[in-house]
Amino acid sequence: MEPLLVFGNPPPPELTQALDMGSWAWKPVSNYEQALTAEPEEGWAGAIIAADTDLPAALSFCRNLRQGDNPLKPVLFLAAATQLTSLDWRDDLFDDFVLTPLRPEELQARLQHLFWRTGRGTRPELIEYGPLTLNTETYQAALDGRPLDLTYMEYELLKFLTSRPGKVFTRETLLSQVWGYDYFGGARTVDVHVRRLRAKLSEEHANLIQTVRSVGYRFGQSRWGL
Amino acid sequence: MEIEKTDRRSQQQDYVLRTVEERGVRLIRLWFTDVLGQHKSVAISPAELEAVFDEGLQFDGSAIDGFSRIQESDVLARPDASTFELLPWSNESEPSGTVFCDITNLDGTPFAGDPRQVLRRNVEKARAAGFEMFCAPEVEFFYFANNDPSSPPQPLDQASYFDLTTADVSSDLRKRTLHMLEALSIPVEYSFHEDSPSQHEIDLQYTDAMTMADSIMTLRLAVKKIAMESGVYATFMPKPLNGVQGSGMHTHLSLFQNDVNAFHDPDAADGLSPTAHSFIAGLLHHAREISAVTNQLINSYKRINEGHEAPRYVSWARNNRSALIRVPIAKLGKPDSTRVEYRALDPACNPYLAFSVLLAAGLRGIEQNLSLPEEATANLYNLTRNEQRDLGVNRLPASLHEALDEMEDSTLMRESLGDHIFEWFLRNKRAEWDHYQQQVTPFELERYLPSW
Repeated sequence: MEPLLVFGNPPPPELTQALDMGSWAWKPVSNYEQALTAEPEEGWAGAIIAADTDLPAALSFCRNLRQGDNPLKPVLFLAAATQLTSLDWRDDLFDDFVLTPLRPEELQARLQHLFWRTGRGTRPELIEYGPLTLNTETYQAALDGRPLDLTYMEYELLKFLTSRPGKVFTRETLLSQVWGYDYFGGARTVDVHVRRLRAKLSEEHANLIQTVRSVGYRFGQSRWGL
Repeated sequence: MEIEKTDRRSQQQDYVLRTVEERGVRLIRLWFTDVLGQHKSVAISPAELEAVFDEGLQFDGSAIDGFSRIQESDVLARPDASTFELLPWSNESEPSGTVFCDITNLDGTPFAGDPRQVLRRNVEKARAAGFEMFCAPEVEFFYFANNDPSSPPQPLDQASYFDLTTADVSSDLRKRTLHMLEALSIPVEYSFHEDSPSQHEIDLQYTDAMTMADSIMTLRLAVKKIAMESGVYATFMPKPLNGVQGSGMHTHLSLFQNDVNAFHDPDAADGLSPTAHSFIAGLLHHAREISAVTNQLINSYKRINEGHEAPRYVSWARNNRSALIRVPIAKLGKPDSTRVEYRALDPACNPYLAFSVLLAAGLRGIEQNLSLPEEATANLYNLTRNEQRDLGVNRLPASLHEALDEMEDSTLMRESLGDHIFEWFLRNKRAEWDHYQQQVTPFELERYLPSW
C-alpha cells in the first residue's frame, strides 16, 4: 500500500509509536519540496501534519497539498490546544485533527478511522463508487444493484481501480500491481482487459474507466476531490 | 515466482468457487474441443467443482474425435479458472457457469490430443523467443431458414455489404449476439452485413492467441444459440451457396516483444521491421503446408477456388485484397497497430490449431531469417500457369486432398501439432476425402445425365 506522508521530521515520538503500532507505511518530510520528490508513483495514501512546532509552515504545507486538480485527502492535523483558534476558517485544509499532548491509543484509533480505505487496519468489505459496488469479501461486483459478472482478472483490475478513484495509472503500474509476476503480453494485456471491463460495464458506464492519453487509465473522480 | 503462480491459481479458483456460491450457480459446464474444433461440454454440479479444480474430471476420451489412443483412453479435464464466466443466456434464477478446460493425462502431463494444449505449447515456445502473438479475426457466417441439407439453404434476406435494411431480422440477431458477446468478455470491434445475402461479419478486438481461440469457440456457440432461439440457423460453413462469396475468417496478427510491436520499424521505408519481413516470409513459405489446418473442410476449397475475397495465390501485398497476406497501412502515429492479415483462414477451422500453425510458420521464418519475396501488385484472381511462373507465385492447394499431401511432407506441421494430432488429423481427413471421392454429386447428374 502507498505510504502516509508525515510533515515534521522527526515526527513527535507518540506519532511514531502510533504509526508503528498500526504497522502503517509512512515517510517523514520537513517541507513540500521533499514531499514532491518522495511521492510514490501511486501517490500518498494521506497526510499527517505535526503542526505544534511551526504552525505557519504547517498551514502552508497543507495549502500546497490541497491545491491543484487532485488535492490530497485525507489530511490529519496534530495541533496544540492553544493553537485551536488559529484553525478557524481553515476547515478546507484538513479532514480531522487531534490535540497534543498525543495519546497513542487515540491517535491509533483516529488513523484507523480516517485512513481505512488505504487497505490497512480494518479493511472495508464494500468499495462503492457511483453505481458500482464491489464486495471484497465475497468477490461480487454489482452495477446499479444488478450483479456484474466478471472474470477473476477483470475483478482484480476493477477492484484496484475503484479503490483509488481519480488517480491516473500507467499500464506498467497496473501490470505490476494487478497482475504481479504472472502476466504475459506486456502492457497490451492491460488494454485488452480494460476493453473487456468497459464492455461489461455497458455503454452507459464504460466511461467510468477513462483513457488518459499517452499515460494510462483513470477510474472515475477522486473520492475526496469535490 | 513459481510460488506466486500457484498462489494466483488458487486465488482464481477461490474466486470462481465464491462466485458459484454467491450467484447460486446450479451447473458448471466444462468446455473443451476435439481435434476438429467441435465444441464439447460436460456439466458438473457446484458441489463437485472444488474437487474438479483439485483433481480434474476423469472421463473416457475414446469417444472424442482425435482423443482416442491405443492403450489408456482415460483423460482428465482440468478447468482453467481464469476463463470462468456466467453464461448470459442461462436462466436468471438458475444461472450456469462455463469454464474452458485443459486436457491432461492421468499423470498430469498435457494430453497430446488436446488442441488447447497444442496452442499453449506453441505460445510458450514463442514466449521463450520473447514474442507474444495477438490475433484479431473477422468472422463471417450466414443465417439460413434451416439446416436441412436436402434443399439449397435459404437466406433470410437479399441485402448486401453494409446494407441497413428495415425489418431486418438478421440485424436484430446480430445485435443480440453482440450484447451476448460483450457479456462474455469478448469485445467486438465492428459488425455488419457482408456481401452475400444473409451473410454477416463480426470483427473481434485483438487479444492474445489463447484467449482469442477460446473467444472464437464461444462466439460460434453464441451466434448459433441466438439464431436457434429465433428459429433460424447460423452456419460457419465456408461456402454454403453457389455463386456468392463464402465465409472467411481473415485474421490480423501482430507480435509484441514486451511492449513494443515487433513488426514496427519507424526508420524503415515500409514501416516494417526485419522481424515482420521474416514472419511474413515464414507464413508464405509454409502457407501450402498449413492449409489443411487453416482450411480443414472439403468445402473450404470451394471458397478458395472461387476467388472473390478469398486468396488463391501465395502472395503478399500492402493494398491488394487478392493477396494471401495483406499488410494494412498502420494508422499515422499508431505504430502498435502494425500487423499482417492472413486471408485464407475460414471460420470452420479449429482456432487453437490454426493459430498454432500460423504462429509456428511465422516464427520459423524469423528463426531462419527468411527474406521477404516481392510484393504482389497485380490482381491475382486469374493467372495462367505461365503468368504464375513469371510472377513466381504458387497457388494455395486447390483441394483438401492436395493440402493433405502438403501437410504430410511438412516437418513444421508435425512439430507444431505434435505426432498425435498430426497423424490422427491426416488419417481422419484422408478418410473424409476418400468418402467424398465416391459420391455422385448434383453437379455430375446435371451435367452428364442428360447427355450420356
